[in-house]
Amino acid sequence: MNIIVCVKRVPDSESRIVLGGDGRSIDTQGIKYVLNPYDEYAVEEALRLKEGAGAGSVTVMTLGGEESKETLRTALAMGADQAVLLKGHPSSDGLGTAEKLAAAIKEREYDVVLFGKQAIDDDNLQVPAMVAELLQLPCATVVVAVKIDGNKVTAEREVEGGHEIVEFELPGVIAAQKGLNEPRYPSLKGIMAAKKKPLEEVDVGDAEERLDFIELMNPPERAAGEIVGEGPDAVPELVRRLREKAKAL
Amino acid sequence: MASFAGVDYYDTDSLLSEEERAVRDTIRAWVDERLLPVISRCYAEHRFPSELIPQMAEFGVFGANMPEKYGCAELNNVAYGLIMQELERGDSGIRSFASVQSSLVMYPILEFGSEGQRMHWLPKLAKAEVVGCYGLTEPDYGSDPGGLTTRAVKDGNEWVISGTKMWITNGSIADIAIIWAKTGALDDPGSIRGFVVETDRDGYVAKDQEGKLSLLASDTSEISLQEVRVPSENLLPGSSGLTSPLMCLNQARYGIAWGAVGAAMACYEEALSYAKNRVQFDRVIAGYQIQQIRLVEMLTEITKAQLLAIQLGRLKDRGELRHTQVSMAKRNNVNVACEVAREARRLLGANGILLEYQSMRHMANLESVYTYEGTHDIHGLIVGEEITGISALR
Ligand SMILES: Cc1cc2nc3c(=O)[nH]c(=O)nc-3n(C[C@H](O)[C@H](O)[C@H](O)COP(=O)(O)OP(=O)(O)OC[C@H]3O[C@@H](n4cnc5c(N)ncnc54)[C@H](O)[C@@H]3O)c2cc1C
Repeated sequence: MNIIVCVKRVPDSESRIVLGGDGRSIDTQGIKYVLNPYDEYAVEEALRLKEGAGAGSVTVMTLGGEESKETLRTALAMGADQAVLLKGHPSSDGLGTAEKLAAAIKEREYDVVLFGKQAIDDDNLQVPAMVAELLQLPCATVVVAVKIDGNKVTAEREVEGGHEIVEFELPGVIAAQKGLNEPRYPSLKGIMAAKKKPLEEVDVGDAEERLDFIELMNPPERAAGEIVGEGPDAVPELVRRLREKAKAL
Repeated sequence: MASFAGVDYYDTDSLLSEEERAVRDTIRAWVDERLLPVISRCYAEHRFPSELIPQMAEFGVFGANMPEKYGCAELNNVAYGLIMQELERGDSGIRSFASVQSSLVMYPILEFGSEGQRMHWLPKLAKAEVVGCYGLTEPDYGSDPGGLTTRAVKDGNEWVISGTKMWITNGSIADIAIIWAKTGALDDPGSIRGFVVETDRDGYVAKDQEGKLSLLASDTSEISLQEVRVPSENLLPGSSGLTSPLMCLNQARYGIAWGAVGAAMACYEEALSYAKNRVQFDRVIAGYQIQQIRLVEMLTEITKAQLLAIQLGRLKDRGELRHTQVSMAKRNNVNVACEVAREARRLLGANGILLEYQSMRHMANLESVYTYEGTHDIHGLIVGEEITGISALR
């Protein structure tokens, strides 16, 4: 089974985001970048699918700059076999990025393309479906369980208020949701071996930008919380306020 | 559980390679996700969280800086140090377990063992299928281990070992013990040799040390050896004299110099975040000069300790490290950690005495770390002897 996993370098969710001086970008100083958490599920699933099939290879791919190599190596340390860096800027909306990825995927042999369902930086949830569309492939998003039997894929999707089971034939696209699996920690040996695994670099140029950033804004400051009392005595007042003021009950 | 962002005032990250950072971040995440959620409970129950051993083994924590051919990850010493730092950021007891397994059990087998012993034991120890302990200290010989009275007498194809060992980390949970004993006269430290003793042999009894107020999530035991017979091939052939056990301690101290920084970072972070949230006299206490200076002193000392540890590691990786430099770093960094933990505890007010917060647990733990592997005083005297040429010990 040959699997391609598309991954992205994103700011760690614990990072404090500070706006850049131009008001249209973020100040990257002091930000720690990580492999997008949803992509971790995708990498893990790819490794399990390969291990289950007993043969094949897992390729991780990203569109980004030199610094994205670190992100690729994180996935290699988890156990992916090789990595492809498509050198170029991703676009702010999904399409430009999807075009670059689809073009690169088309050139390669694959049975499944895996993604995280979204990147936690721009939260667009677009790229997996767009890549599938561009490649004319079936696509299951927000997936919490996958079974592959021969050529047939059964995927369980999370939908509002319930789950949905879909089937399709390989090749296809799967976008992973939290809960699909528990991603492994890379082993220390894996981290050292990652440096020695093949990492191909292809200059693909910047993705076409169809959106203009006008302004970025911080979320409004949250008002300080109120302490209504302590212990069981405070419960009635808390319930009253939740009901009457916050309208949460 | 929020993940730890690190304490790095001087961009010491830029002194580390990408792999070194990746190793650290992996262990860091694991400590946040798996160790911190259970540690206070283990501490309250006086229990070592042995359920965490398999995952540490899977990472390759044990003997991480040893050769691949023995099943180890063959990391450099800086990466190894960073692992110790992160483990001790969780708890000194967990780092102690890893130090003993790696530096005090695997290292003597690697350094003084035959190739057969290495091939037999090291892969099992790396996977923690076998857990080890290290018996040097005795009731009457702590800082002065050269006086030890445990004897090993040759009887045909066997060695017969008798004596008592005190304060032995992992003593009750270990499958094997590295026991240091005299094969000659009791006044001859040159006759000290190391033995691998399987703990299920007749005459080996381990008893939990009761009444500890420090390192509660760690097993500390007294071991009594009553005519324990081991085959002659259990002798570590390369061991000879007091230098051999001291070489092991030197490895472990190296890890402690890093580990202490981790404990200090945990306490500083806790103190800083508490100070920014706790309001007294209508302001957060972080706004008062006394607390700011307290935090600045902590951070300054941590920063110096970090730089000391990194340079120590680089020297070790270059093979240029003197044991006296390890002594200076163990002495300084553990002392810094003790001070930082105590100041953090104080800054937290009454909450600072609770197990719910980390500082007092670290503060109590670090008193053991201050004492074991050569006390603060003894390391001072080791450096003192080097710079003056005069030994103050005898
Ligand atoms: C939790 C814990 C775990 C341990 N684990 C192990 C283990 O796994 N294996 C093992 O072998 N040992 C272990 N030890 C033992 C430890 O290494 C010893 O406690 C340490 O070496 C100090 O010995 P001591 O306690 O006998 O103190 P002592 O040597 O009696 O020292 C008492 C005091 O006198 C000072 N002192 C001693 N000599 C001098 C001198 N010449 N000049 C000035 N001051 C001096 C010391 O600094 C100290 O303050 C452990 C100890 C603890 C607390």
